[in-house]
Amino acid sequence: MSQEFFIQGNEACAKGALRAGCRFFAGYPITPSTEVAETLARELPKVGGSFVQMEDEIASVGAIIGGSWGGTKSMTATSGPGLSLMQENIGYAFISETPIVIVDVQRGSPSTGQPTMAAQGDMMQARWGSHGDYEPIALSPSSVQEFFDFTIKAFNLAEQFRTPVFVMADEIIGHMREKIVVEDDIEIIPRQMPEDKDNYLPFKNVENGTNPMPAFGEGFNIHVTGLTHDERGYPDTNDPETHNDLVQRLCDKVLNNCDKICSVKSKSCEDADIIIISYGAPVRSAIEAVSVARSEGKKVGYIKLDTPWPFPEEEIKNLSSNASDIIVAEMNLGQMYYEVDRVLPNDVNIHLIGKIGGLMPTPDEILSKINEIGGN
Amino acid sequence: MRTEIRIGGFGGQGVILAGIILGKAASLFDNNEAVQTQSYGPEARGGASKCEVVISDSEVEYPKVQSPDILVAMSNEALIKYIVDLKDEGTLIVDPGTTDIEDVREFIDQHNIKVFNAPATKTANDEIGLKIVANIVMVGAITKVTGIISENAAIESIKDSVPAGTEEKNIKAFKAGYNLI
Repeated sequence: MSQEFFIQGNEACAKGALRAGCRFFAGYPITPSTEVAETLARELPKVGGSFVQMEDEIASVGAIIGGSWGGTKSMTATSGPGLSLMQENIGYAFISETPIVIVDVQRGSPSTGQPTMAAQGDMMQARWGSHGDYEPIALSPSSVQEFFDFTIKAFNLAEQFRTPVFVMADEIIGHMREKIVVEDDIEIIPRQMPEDKDNYLPFKNVENGTNPMPAFGEGFNIHVTGLTHDERGYPDTNDPETHNDLVQRLCDKVLNNCDKICSVKSKSCEDADIIIISYGAPVRSAIEAVSVARSEGKKVGYIKLDTPWPFPEEEIKNLSSNASDIIVAEMNLGQMYYEVDRVLPNDVNIHLIGKIGGLMPTPDEILSKINEIGGN
Repeated sequence: MRTEIRIGGFGGQGVILAGIILGKAASLFDNNEAVQTQSYGPEARGGASKCEVVISDSEVEYPKVQSPDILVAMSNEALIKYIVDLKDEGTLIVDPGTTDIEDVREFIDQHNIKVFNAPATKTANDEIGLKIVANIVMVGAITKVTGIISENAAIESIKDSVPAGTEEKNIKAFKAGYNLI
């Protein structure tokens, strides 16, 4: 039997983590993500898990990398200022192929900015925040239900691809309350452990499927490092080929599986002249604007990015093949806007509704833009 | 149909819990859809506090209140600050013990606002002996005046939302509020 709850987005996130099998949380509480930590501090001990309040966010990611190599699904939650501090260790998690989940409930920024107000200013930080080349996976929930669902999906993707996964929420979705339905039957991907101790290569290329990952203390001789390494994990920092093979493989394991990872939802795009592209809270306004515009006979549709990263390039190109105008509605001064502009042909007009200040774009603001473009 | 409700008061009066109870009643016990949001300013007890609920028989997309159909004012500051957003012919429920309706008389007359007095604080004090249940008394008054949630859903939602062991007192408070109007 499914269960129903009327809860906050942040509580739904914590519930999703528990359901996904997360048994270790290390973090430094920060508004507007604090309820994720609060809920897990209360609930993790009840299921045999551990919660540690760390000294800062640098240590938080360090701790969950350790937790994950200890064989435990691990997560942290933060907001922009914390995500900034985490970047060094996030790079370490990428190169060491450590499955972890990082939840960012975005607030007004830069710096300490607007702690209690919503924003989506960290999208490029999730993409490029740590130094070097890597391909992150990020999910953006638009409802409390999705914050639950996407947290579980983030853990599954992290295990499947042995990589850090971001859940890029925002203050609106984190703090609002809605009904969620928790089904009995939810797919959970468990940690894949290796068996053969003699021939195990922790960083070898696995074309299809997941390279299994042992837990510390189980008798596998492995070396985990942030340095460029070979398949065994041994540093090999001067050979161009080793570095190229490693970094290319880290990117390819995500890029070659975009069809499995990328997810968009869309409506009324087939005959649309104007398409609204959004993710997170602004999707709610986009959906309402489309339904109003359609009732007035205007050919308008929307695309919702469930996974801003990897950028769902093919899906966007296919869905907007008949559109003359695209409106990107987001709570920053243009981040995913430039990605949309990058992938669509030059004859498509790309417009930005870039709203900062803490509030989401309203349906009326989107409708005015549609009228300004001249939707009919 | 979409109905927007805003409840404003002092921090510490429990206006957030009142909104959660309304939203939960609608979505879990009345089979409607609801979204509850609140202001997260640096308010502490005594400062301004605001809670918003959108209730609809179909999915609620835009989650915020733009122009409330129903305003519940538990402080004079909230009354003066939020009355200007209230829809024409909207419903205003005030606690006369903590607000002065004369401060907004002009707006009420110009916009044909329907006004209901619910002395929640006094009722909580006199009938329950607990000032802190004024918010639940107000939930009773809101339920009766607006019919936005059913009486049964409200009671189930209260039981599901208040600390264990306080259910009886809270339901008594709800009923006192329900019978005020």
